[in-house]
Amino acid sequence: MIALMVALGAAVGAPARYLTDRAVQSGHDTLFPWGTLTVNVVASLLLGGLVGAGAQVSPTTMALVGTGFCGALSTFSTFGYETLRLAQERARFYAVTNVAISLVAGLGAAALGWSVGAALV
Amino acid sequence: MRRARDARPDDARSHLAPALLPGGPHIIDPDVDLHDPAQRAETRPREWDLLVAMAVGGVVGAEARYGLSAAVPHADDAIPWATVLINASGCLLIGALMVVLLELARPHRLWRPFLGVGVLGGYTTYSTFAVDAVRLIEQHRPGLALGYVVTTFAACLVAVWFGTVGTRVMAGRSRSAAPDDEVEAARR
Repeated sequence: MIALMVALGAAVGAPARYLTDRAVQSGHDTLFPWGTLTVNVVASLLLGGLVGAGAQVSPTTMALVGTGFCGALSTFSTFGYETLRLAQERARFYAVTNVAISLVAGLGAAALGWSVGAALV
Repeated sequence: MRRARDARPDDARSHLAPALLPGGPHIIDPDVDLHDPAQRAETRPREWDLLVAMAVGGVVGAEARYGLSAAVPHADDAIPWATVLINASGCLLIGALMVVLLELARPHRLWRPFLGVGVLGGYTTYSTFAVDAVRLIEQHRPGLALGYVVTTFAACLVAVWFGTVGTRVMAGRSRSAAPDDEVEAARR
């Protein structure tokens, strides 16, 4: 049951990452990977909210939305590859900025979501 | 400006270049009124197969992550080594995969959406990494949180670099391909 929920969430999350990334990347014309940053921050915010809400969130919901959807919506592999590409394309400033913004925004979103989730229950 | 975007691992659109789709539905048809959004949409190649490949790959990757996390449990106040391993190995594999897809092979158009966007994107996770780091701070273990963050970023960035370089070496291409070569390969 839990594994099925993970599968359902991931089946939605992975294509949602592609579609979100495409929409964001077509909206600007810089090298910076705003699309990947967007999905990672949104997924961190959402998962933070679920974890912050604690026992109010059932294991089934956590598997579907947390492990499945948020896990598949966010990505470390694309983040890593894009950062390497930026570093190799003589865009080192963007590479360092990508790491810094991802770190601050991702952890900030997770903490914010956690606080909101804890406050709501 | 186009370079990095052309070679992004989840940019499946490069496969939809008009030149690659002879006779595809995008070929200019005098019966299609391009001012009508509905008719204009008909001129775009169908993407459902790409989205299905991503979804199936995402399920495979997420189940692998779920299985590994369950096999290596961690306490709330300890570093989640399973997630470190998942993200580092996913980064190693994306580095290797992109060299194979862009430089060594002429892949079918569904391999990149399936393996890159789907399997590896679904396998690795940023949200769990971020929430677990916040959890360590919430557990009054700021030192461990810092260690977790630094370890993850260092391991992943080294892994993706090693994945690309190692794959080139194993393929007998000791010299890195210039970015222009990669772009050229992506357009083939």
